[in-house]
This record gives sequence, C-alpha cells and structure tokens, in this order.
Amino acid sequence: MAASGEEVKLLGVWPSPYVIKVKIALELKGVRYEYLEQEIWENKSELLLKSNPVYKKVPVLIHNDRPVCESAIILQYIDEVWAGARPSILPSDPYERAIARFWAGYFEDTWFYGAIKILQVKTEKEKAEAIEQSFAGLSLLEETYEKSFKGKPFFGGDNIGYLDIALGSFLGWVKTIEKMSGLKLIDGAKFPLLATWAERFCSVATVKEHIPKTDKMIEYCSKVLQPKWHALNN
Amino acid sequence: MGVKLLDAWVSPFGQRVRIALAEKGVEYEYVEENLAEKSRLLLESNPVHKKIPVLIHDGNPVCESLIIVEYIDDVWDKKPHLLPAHPYLRAQPRFWADFVDKKIYECGTRLWKLKGEEQAEAKKEMIEILKLLAAELGDKTYFGGDAFGFVDVALVPFTSWFYSYERCAGFSVEAECPEIVAWAKRCMERESVKKTLYDPEKVYEFVCFLKKRYGVE
Repeated sequence: MAASGEEVKLLGVWPSPYVIKVKIALELKGVRYEYLEQEIWENKSELLLKSNPVYKKVPVLIHNDRPVCESAIILQYIDEVWAGARPSILPSDPYERAIARFWAGYFEDTWFYGAIKILQVKTEKEKAEAIEQSFAGLSLLEETYEKSFKGKPFFGGDNIGYLDIALGSFLGWVKTIEKMSGLKLIDGAKFPLLATWAERFCSVATVKEHIPKTDKMIEYCSKVLQPKWHALNN
Repeated sequence: MGVKLLDAWVSPFGQRVRIALAEKGVEYEYVEENLAEKSRLLLESNPVHKKIPVLIHDGNPVCESLIIVEYIDDVWDKKPHLLPAHPYLRAQPRFWADFVDKKIYECGTRLWKLKGEEQAEAKKEMIEILKLLAAELGDKTYFGGDAFGFVDVALVPFTSWFYSYERCAGFSVEAECPEIVAWAKRCMERESVKKTLYDPEKVYEFVCFLKKRYGVE
C-alpha cells in the first residue's frame, strides 16, 4: 500500500497500451494513485511537458513529485519501490528477468508496430506483408511459451508478471485490429497456448477493468487515429 | 559452458557488453561473427533479431545490449555496480540509456548515409541529442556520478564514431558539446574502455567502406 504522505499520480490516455501496463502494475501492487487523463495531440498540459520534457509522451508516473517516464522503466520502478507488496512483477532470477525484458521489448517495439500497419497501409500487398510478419512474431512467441513457460498459467508463473502485463496490455489493440481487419491474429488453431493465455489474462481481476472495450477502441481508431495516419501518409 | 560473446568488432552495442564484462572482471570467449554469413549459433541464439551482441552464459543466450548489461550487473553482483541500489536512482540511468538507444545510432546512420537537406536535418538532431546528454551529465565526472555506470557504458562506444559523424556532416562535437568530449576523455582513462574502443580513424575507415557499399558519395 502507498504509505501515508506518499503521492502517486499517473498521466495517461485511456487507449494507450503503455498506460494500461502501468495501471495494471499499480493495481497489482495495491498502490493508490490519482489518474490524470491527458491531451496528447494539441494542448499538452504544463504538468506533462514539465514531467517528460524529452519525449512529451504518456505514461508518466509522478511519485512524490518525481517523474518516471517510459512504461518499461515505470514498471520496474513500481516493482522496486513497492517490493514489499506481493506478488513481484519481475522474476527474481536474473536470466528469467532478461528473458522477460527481451520479449516485452520485442512485442512493444517491434511486433505491435508491425501489427498496427495492418490498419495503416494502403495496398493489399503491404497489408499481406504486415499480416505475415505479425503471424511470424506470434509463432515465435508461441514457441517460447511452449519451450519455457508450458504448464504455467502465465508467463509469470502462477500469477501475472512483467511479461504478462507487457503483452497483455496490448490485447485490447489486438482485438481492435482483428475486428477492423476481419482477421484473427491470436488464432486458437494456430497459437493454442497464446490464445488460452490471452483469455486467462483478460479474466484476471486486476486486469479486466483496464482493457478498454473493443467498440470504444474501434471508434477511437476510426475517428482519431486513422485520419492522423492518412494525413501523415499523404 | 562459461561465458561466450557473439559480437562484431566495430559494433558499439557489442562494445557495451565488452566494457561491462571488463569492468566486472569476467572472463569470456569472444566470437567474431561474420555478419554477411551469420553462424548457426547466432541464428539459433537470436532467432528473433538475428543480431549481435548475444551473450551466452552456461548455454543460455541473452540478447539486446542493454538487457545484457543489466544481466551482467545482476549476475556479477559485485563492484563496480553499474546501476545504483535506490529505485529512483535506477530509473534515471535506465531512461537515459534507453534514450541513447533510441536516438544516437539511428541519427548517426542518417548522418553518413544521407546528403543535402536530410543530412543537415540529421546533423541538427544529433547536436540536440548531444546537448541534452550534456545537460544530463552536468558537472558530474560520469553520468553515474562519481562512479562509472549504466549510461556511461551505453554511450561511450559511440564516442569513437564522433569523428566519422564530424567528417561526414561537417561539424565539431567539441565545439558544440565540449562537456561530452571531456567526459569521453575521462572514460578513455579506464582500462575497460581503452581496451575496447577502436581508434576513430579505424571506425571512419569502416564508415567509408559502408558508404561505398551503399553507394553514398
């Protein structure tokens, strides 16, 4: 629990999977915080600009007036500050930690940007390439689950951990891409372990309320994001 | 078993790992990879990215240079500690090392690969990046304070590329960011850095080879 006199603020935007990661981590650790929804396109708040002058992006965690930026770094910070609150987010073994960091980094830096291209690209050829790449990535993940995590309900073991949060926070977006493109990405026939893991993750109490409803995401994507992508492409 | 490093001599990412291992006094087998013909071991150890560096510890591969450096700091949990113990003091170096990762290599590549307006844009960006880092360094000896640390390890290999950036894009890092040049000189006094970094002229030779390969004048 956050001790009295501790002040925790989270600057975020509701559709961001990076923000969702932090919300889940804070809830997992039982940390009480004030959530401040931000404007990220125009009119960025003074607080955001002051707290993240380098990137001017969300999420930003502000702990007793000290800002921490970048979701992966924030998650590790939360785990280390509230180390007493169980469960641990990162594994205790250094090798397992390195593996968790690697896959989390791959998924959010590489896989997700590839998958979102399915909605962004103009030609059928580009779309097919983006789909193929996304399947290739999921294949690698499924293999990893089989090799290193089989028999466990989550990547973190019995409880959700760093890698579950890092991957799972993108599930809202995965469902959005699936619905908007008419394509099943985490297909149970192709990726049985990942598909059951995804269902299990989304039913966890600390997770459920933080994954936005797909309809709301589709609306956000079509009304806000797609016009911005088209503007950039033209 | 033991420690094996799959690497390529000129790679600043590989150099981060070499420096970290040297700082910790870890003995390891260095394997120079031919990136034009990647070994089966590399492809098996890093099937996702197929890139170096890869640290193989007792048969277990660790990929991505900053992840490897943190792994080294965790496993060889002895002095010098590359990351401090306090959570907030760990978050800051992680942020800046990640910043170096996101910005320097990509911008530097544009500096030697492009010409004209695009190169001028990259030059402007590189100077901004270095100025931001100089501000973060302040008047500390190292980014880690009195102790050589995570951000120093992340950034120092790129200092042997400054000469190449300067030659290709026509500017002086020393003129724009003397603090960074002074910091680089301090780092070069450390055995681990001195033994790992190549002469900037040798790196420039390599960049010229790359330019020829990509058909850049």
